[in-house]
Amino acid sequence: MSAHTNTLANGHHGHHGHDDHGHDHDHDHDDGHEPSTFKGYMTGFVLAVILTVIPFWLVMGKVFEQSSTTALFLMGFAAVQIVVHMVYFLHMNARSEGGWNMLALIFTLVIVAITLAGSIWVMFHLNQNMMPGMMHDMKNMP
Amino acid sequence: MSNTSVHPAADDVHAADNLRFYVPGEHHPQNGTLLGFWLYLMSDCLIFACLFAVYGVVGRSYAAGPSGADLFDLSLVAINTSMLLLSSITFGFAMLEMQRKRLNATLLWLGITGLLGAAFIGLELYEFAHLIHEGATPQRSAFLSAFFALVATHGLHVTFGIVWLIVLMVQLKKHGFIPENRRRMMCLSMFWHFLDVVWIGVFTFVYLMGVLP
Repeated sequence: MSAHTNTLANGHHGHHGHDDHGHDHDHDHDDGHEPSTFKGYMTGFVLAVILTVIPFWLVMGKVFEQSSTTALFLMGFAAVQIVVHMVYFLHMNARSEGGWNMLALIFTLVIVAITLAGSIWVMFHLNQNMMPGMMHDMKNMP
Repeated sequence: MSNTSVHPAADDVHAADNLRFYVPGEHHPQNGTLLGFWLYLMSDCLIFACLFAVYGVVGRSYAAGPSGADLFDLSLVAINTSMLLLSSITFGFAMLEMQRKRLNATLLWLGITGLLGAAFIGLELYEFAHLIHEGATPQRSAFLSAFFALVATHGLHVTFGIVWLIVLMVQLKKHGFIPENRRRMMCLSMFWHFLDVVWIGVFTFVYLMGVLP
């Protein structure tokens, strides 16, 4: 699509949206989001509180013996809580902004996953290969 | 593609079949600002991802200094977390009041949100001052450098969110619910909730996992 037509399209719709603001509610897409509801926010809040309290309780109450078990549970709860915040507070769905919000989010998640997993993976192996035991081999290298 | 549609006259007659015109029913984002702001948030997310990656790599390099288990006061972090979570829901209430076009109620909820955010920043600064007083400065170890970089970046975001919130309250007071102010409210709402999402990562990966033996 050429930039020319896009500008025209956005300009036109921008004005259309502004004129309609304030005195009609039948088109819910005038600001890119559907109207939020009290019920939606409260559901999100209650879920978020539950998903926050449990991890703190797991750590402060020393529920599990193994640190790795606790860590796995913590990551699980964090992932679920992030989804809850995205859905109920940030109103993410596949339709907002014609799907572009979701597309940008998925792209970002891919990049974030590569950054996090890649950094930790590479640096872990770098640390291992720089262990004092390895220095002997390094000396013999050209 | 753009050449053919912008300069149709330059091509021969047969190319006319390939011309593409804008059709009003075509799908496109209706409000560029909100999508653009979302893209900004996603790039902000990458900044935090880098800081999280740094923390993940050096978060256990204590340089014989204090560890997370020695330093972190989890009850303080719990209070901080509840402040931010409460400020999220009060911002939600402000958005709901804006939908009902009740200016004073919106301003009230925004004010409460700002106070909760300020309490969060205050507690965080108190924690930082306490750590530095104990000698756990950013220079002490790689772990502390990464910790301060990540948590302070989040705190700076919240601080600027509060500044934005105050400016927006003044604008709402002056101009009411004009379309510009409604748009700003939606952007700030996204920003504020996004910071809460980042905080989930901070309290999980930095504080809770930091104190695990």
